[in-house]
Amino acid sequence: MSALLSTHALKAWYGDFQALFGIDFEIRAQEIVAIIGANGAGKSTFLKAITGVLPVAPGNVVFKGRPIGGRKAHRVVAEGIAMVPEGRRLFPSLSVEENLCMGAYAKRPGPWSLEKVYGLFPVLKEKRKVPGTALSGGQQQMVAIGRALMSNPELLICDEISLGLAPTVIKEIYAALERITRDGLTAIIVEQDVLTAERVSQRLYCFQEGRVSLQGNSRDLTHEQISHAYFGV
Amino acid sequence: MTIWIDAIIQGVLVGGLYALFAMGLSLMFGIMRLVNVAHGDLVILMSFIGLMVVEGLGLQPFAAMAVVVPIALCMGYALQRGVLNHTISKDPLRSLIVTFGISIVIQNLLLAFHSADTRAIHSAGLESQSLPIAENLAVGVLPVIMFATAVMLTAGLQWLFGSTRIGRAFRATSDDDGAAALMGINNAHIYALATAIAIGILGVAGVFHGMRTTFAPTDGPALLIYAFQAVIIGGMGSFWGTLAGGVLLGIAQAIGARIDPGWGVLAGHLMFVAVLLFKPNGFFPKTR
Repeated sequence: MSALLSTHALKAWYGDFQALFGIDFEIRAQEIVAIIGANGAGKSTFLKAITGVLPVAPGNVVFKGRPIGGRKAHRVVAEGIAMVPEGRRLFPSLSVEENLCMGAYAKRPGPWSLEKVYGLFPVLKEKRKVPGTALSGGQQQMVAIGRALMSNPELLICDEISLGLAPTVIKEIYAALERITRDGLTAIIVEQDVLTAERVSQRLYCFQEGRVSLQGNSRDLTHEQISHAYFGV
Repeated sequence: MTIWIDAIIQGVLVGGLYALFAMGLSLMFGIMRLVNVAHGDLVILMSFIGLMVVEGLGLQPFAAMAVVVPIALCMGYALQRGVLNHTISKDPLRSLIVTFGISIVIQNLLLAFHSADTRAIHSAGLESQSLPIAENLAVGVLPVIMFATAVMLTAGLQWLFGSTRIGRAFRATSDDDGAAALMGINNAHIYALATAIAIGILGVAGVFHGMRTTFAPTDGPALLIYAFQAVIIGGMGSFWGTLAGGVLLGIAQAIGARIDPGWGVLAGHLMFVAVLLFKPNGFFPKTR
């Protein structure tokens, strides 16, 4: 089966500072791939390069067989890549429901609707009139995930969705994510928590200083391999 | 007693025009944090375009608005997309300097093409018609129309922002442009739409201004000050607040002018200073 999304020798810079040194990555349809790595390993930069926030060369990123590297962020959504950004980044002056509606702004046809998101996260329906940022951290994360799903993506990217949340809430969020992906959604999960990353993914990449230091089936990788790739010792 | 009631009523009505000047300023600042120093000059530019349409095509002023407003919308969109989008950054100085430059360009182009003479848009006697509302008390027809227009546009903007897809996009972009882009919003386009609306309103305001009083190419900066004052008195981020700010400014000016004909504008400035001292966030700031 061919890759849904792949990157080829992906390099990225912040001004003169090179953050990625040739990342080769691929994810096949209906796969969940985790990316782990220490702070500053290039995980967030990698996501920025895929979603068009950082400019890269066209051929560096291929989605459904077409080069999309360097395409502007607002056009990448229309291609079918949705992002749950780090820190959630809900719109403070919009209600929960309006935040969710923003996800549908690109008008991609597909199965997701407000009703379906409320079915996935019933608590959001009760709070739909409340400003998005008045919710608890876990509920805000649900809004951010729901908002991304509203664009009917083929590829869902989750950046550090467990950051700052209580362990029970993290479990709840990942349980919901498993239900979504069971229906055939493809997802890239960026995680600081290596155990969670191993558990929820089929394959795993470890980044270190802007390079891929390890990749393989999540189940086959040993803790020695991962800690070596993670810390570089 | 009647002369004070009269002053307040006249102040309220002219306040509607100030609110029309101010809405676009408030809108552009709210969405892009962009302070448009050329706003007053754009009012005068619209007055001149209105004058040319009225005299050139022989239209009535209200029919002329149907020509001026689309021109204003297009100019706003092009101005933002072509020039101002390139000045938007964390540093507010860039857009200040560029719009200041645009202000000078507009004034000098108007001087070059229209000379420094004061002009007026004539509306077949409408400017002098009045409606009696009580003994010794009458309101001008034109000020009533201007005020009603301001109320309708305020309600319209509030509805646009509160209840439509494009309004949601405006608010989302204002909150977090990066996250908005991830939702599929083209910020450059949204910004240009905001400026189109802001300048489009000036198409209405400019023709009204030209009907109400005389205007000359260098009158813009004074109007900019009224617009600023209305926005700040009303409180940032609320259209009804901007309308209220314009009305309060109008009342202060009208009352000042009754005390002494030379004190009208001064009274407005004094009220503005008082608001800055005692209520620096304005009367109706949007609380987040």
